[in-house]
Amino acid sequence: MAERVFEYDLAVIGGGPAGMSAACAAYENGVKSVVIIEREDALGGILKQCIHCGFGLELFGEELTGPEFAGRLAAKVREYGIDCMLSSMVLAVDRSLNVTATSAANGIFTVRAKAVILAMGCRERPRGALNTPGTRPSGIFTAGTAQRYVNIDGYMPGKKVVILGSGDIGLIMARRMTLEGAKVEAVCEVMPYSGGLARNIEQCLNDFGIPLLLSHTVTEIRGRERLEGVTIARVEAGADGVRRPVAGSERFIACDTLLLSVGLIPENELTVNCGIGLCPATKGAAVSQDRETEVPGIYACGNVLHVHDLADFAAVEAALAGRAAAGRIKGLRGGGCGSGGGSASDGGCASDGVRGCGGVCAGDNAGEEFRAVFETDGQVRYTVPQRLTRRCDVKVYFRVSGIFERVSLEVRATSVGRGDENNLIFTKKYIKLTPGTMQTVTLTSEMLEKCDSGAVIRFSLVPQRRDDK
Amino acid sequence: MYDVAVIGAGVTGGLIARKLTSYKLNICILEAENDVGCGASSANSAIVHAGFDAKPGTLKARFNVEGSRMMERVCAELGVKYKRNGSLVIGFSEEDRKTLGELLERGRKNGVEGLYIAGGDEVRALEPELSGDVTCALVAPTGAIICPYELAVSAAGNAMDNGAELMLNFRVSSVTVTPDGFSVGAEDGRRVAARRVINCAGVYADRVAATCGDDSFRIRPRRGEYMLLDKSAGGMCSHTVFRTPTAMGKGILITPTVDGNLLLGPTSEDIDDKDDLSVTRGGLERIAEQVKREMPRVDTGAVITSFCGLRAVGNTGDFIINEPLRGFVNVAAIESPGLTSSPAIAEYVAEILENSGLKMENNGKYDPEHRPLHWFRELGDSEKNEVIARDPSYGRVVCRCEGVTEGEILYAISQNPRPSDLDGVKRRTRAQMGRCQGGFCSPYIVKILSDRLGIPFEAVTKSGGGSYINVGRTK
Repeated sequence: MAERVFEYDLAVIGGGPAGMSAACAAYENGVKSVVIIEREDALGGILKQCIHCGFGLELFGEELTGPEFAGRLAAKVREYGIDCMLSSMVLAVDRSLNVTATSAANGIFTVRAKAVILAMGCRERPRGALNTPGTRPSGIFTAGTAQRYVNIDGYMPGKKVVILGSGDIGLIMARRMTLEGAKVEAVCEVMPYSGGLARNIEQCLNDFGIPLLLSHTVTEIRGRERLEGVTIARVEAGADGVRRPVAGSERFIACDTLLLSVGLIPENELTVNCGIGLCPATKGAAVSQDRETEVPGIYACGNVLHVHDLADFAAVEAALAGRAAAGRIKGLRGGGCGSGGGSASDGGCASDGVRGCGGVCAGDNAGEEFRAVFETDGQVRYTVPQRLTRRCDVKVYFRVSGIFERVSLEVRATSVGRGDENNLIFTKKYIKLTPGTMQTVTLTSEMLEKCDSGAVIRFSLVPQRRDDK
Repeated sequence: MYDVAVIGAGVTGGLIARKLTSYKLNICILEAENDVGCGASSANSAIVHAGFDAKPGTLKARFNVEGSRMMERVCAELGVKYKRNGSLVIGFSEEDRKTLGELLERGRKNGVEGLYIAGGDEVRALEPELSGDVTCALVAPTGAIICPYELAVSAAGNAMDNGAELMLNFRVSSVTVTPDGFSVGAEDGRRVAARRVINCAGVYADRVAATCGDDSFRIRPRRGEYMLLDKSAGGMCSHTVFRTPTAMGKGILITPTVDGNLLLGPTSEDIDDKDDLSVTRGGLERIAEQVKREMPRVDTGAVITSFCGLRAVGNTGDFIINEPLRGFVNVAAIESPGLTSSPAIAEYVAEILENSGLKMENNGKYDPEHRPLHWFRELGDSEKNEVIARDPSYGRVVCRCEGVTEGEILYAISQNPRPSDLDGVKRRTRAQMGRCQGGFCSPYIVKILSDRLGIPFEAVTKSGGGSYINVGRTK
């Protein structure tokens, strides 16, 4: 049976906050032929089950619940008449910007586009990835799965709970399970600090008297059919820096439920299968300031690119990708690739056009070739974007690998073929940096004027001098 | 009154029951768990051994080589994934090379075809990721990999399609002799009468035999821990790679699975607890260490799950297949190479029954073919579209990691033996078996099971018994 083929200017994969925001931004920038392909039967992504508040302060200037926040974006999608293919699972994206998907309504079908935005979100690290010794009974859930059971299905996964990991979903679920009548015995965090937001530790744990055990982990899982309890232990870093359980510090806690909040992994299988390499630190694609991946015309944003602290930030970033994709599509339409319009059916033109005009179609200072890549010192774990394709004001997101107090961020450009190899272009002092909080700095086009094309721009942390104020 | 009661629905019990349904016999299968294939059949190395390992003249040697020859056909009939990928036994020293020479000799005596010894460079040409320290290897082209739990499910399913009955959660507590045969009792009070009894109770086979007075053997479980790596690591090797055996055993193997993952293990530890399926920190560390020496670039950080299987090791060193009293047949101590041997053991047990005086007449309607559980994923896109047009549920992806559709899950639930819990759906469809390990799809599968089985949402379990998922409604 022949496959159905759909033509759109822009295909957005994923209808969560990032996907919706990207689609709306593209629309607002003049691209009306947009489709959102969403695997679930409704827009909203994970926000559908995030019934707590704390969303929207950045984007809408008021405090909303997850479903309300998603609802605002979905209303805009509807108002713009953006097509949504729901219950549609994308199977593959290729470098010629064809998207293959499957659904009950269309079978296996193809969407041909002039730009694709990846916004598939992330998944939780499961128990298997932790190698926790013990049995494999029921009663072990990732925090997000438990959240779904409670908030969407209306069922309680257990009564006596231990939570491993202090990621935000774990903290939120500590409160949620308590409100539903469960007893949360403890939240164990292997690191000496929590990766969750300070406000969540206050409002979800401290307000309910739930202990947060830092430098603790679960060392054994017991139970044949249903979980019967876990052994927890204190961990300390050895001489080699590896954190191991301390012998003699073990303690058994009887419980029927273990929730895991031990990390989020960007869901990049489509990206990898398309041949796009991942940045080891973010586990997302490496992108330019436009959130364009190494494949021209394929953009990535939201949690599939790097895990954000807040849905608001994911949505703001996604709008960047949406605007850039719109710029590319309009550039093709404007005849930049010599095809006189680039009709939707002419896939060959689209890909030729990309090579011909590169990032410059979407750019604002066409004519001057500029390339730079970001590098980090390890204390700064990563930056997004990872590279620049033009000189412009660019907001750089970065995350650090530990807790750093009284440090300065230094941004230096190492240019090819120039003497001053440690050209300091930006510096900023911080009282405290933690891995749980994403930081941003803006590099202006004036600062980038100091960099040659081909520059390596290095982000590093240095101690503040004593006389610094 | 059944003609034959088979105790245990693992691979061996299932294939024996299937063989017996080709005769004019009433067969029942008594399984202690909530599904078939829950014991060693679902936690082993998934290997079809070539047969150079077993001592010539033993039952292990005989059935290994016979079973290895039969397995491809049996898998084709039952729609079970099978791949003849060949196996390598690698060595690091002159001493290892000597041992490999002995294995080669033993293999030839056992009738294994195509064996030869390769040098270090030659073997690295076959498996480029092998360590530069590897100096030699025994190459066994007839080695293969299969999906063992699929074999257990399809064997029992085919037996049922041919008329066998399956009783689940039937924990045998007694086998007593009656005037016409045996009465098999369960812990919950159920009783089944049968003329013949086949004891395929795995690690419990000694206890079952003892209830009818046969205490001639003991089964001690041997724990084997495994790590299963993500499909991103599945391409590290194409052969099954063994270490040259030492006094300490066959060691840890590295093998691709038929589904494209990489499997590492097993450890080997004799224990007394017949239920101890726990994984240990030490075990997983040992696996990682040894694998690093053999194939340095394997990233054990790509683990998606670790698990433990219990091999039913007998005290005789060989399979224990005998008839201690007329009509009661032990098929016990089916440890490695038990999976490989299972089709040949099924044939042998039929002979034993015939010799025991049971009338074995072909029924003429036996159909050995079983539609593969994974038939949908084998189709091309246009064929898939025809199926989706007829039944849209095949267009709804439930398990995103493994790409399993609602249609495939509904199909599995409709087929013998029908799964009634999350693990049962997992074994049949691969849903929940991917990198998120059911994080996203398990709530959907709970809903599907609840709808199809007509049971409350909170009554759905992970693996029967007390393995509930939810305790009740929210406030």
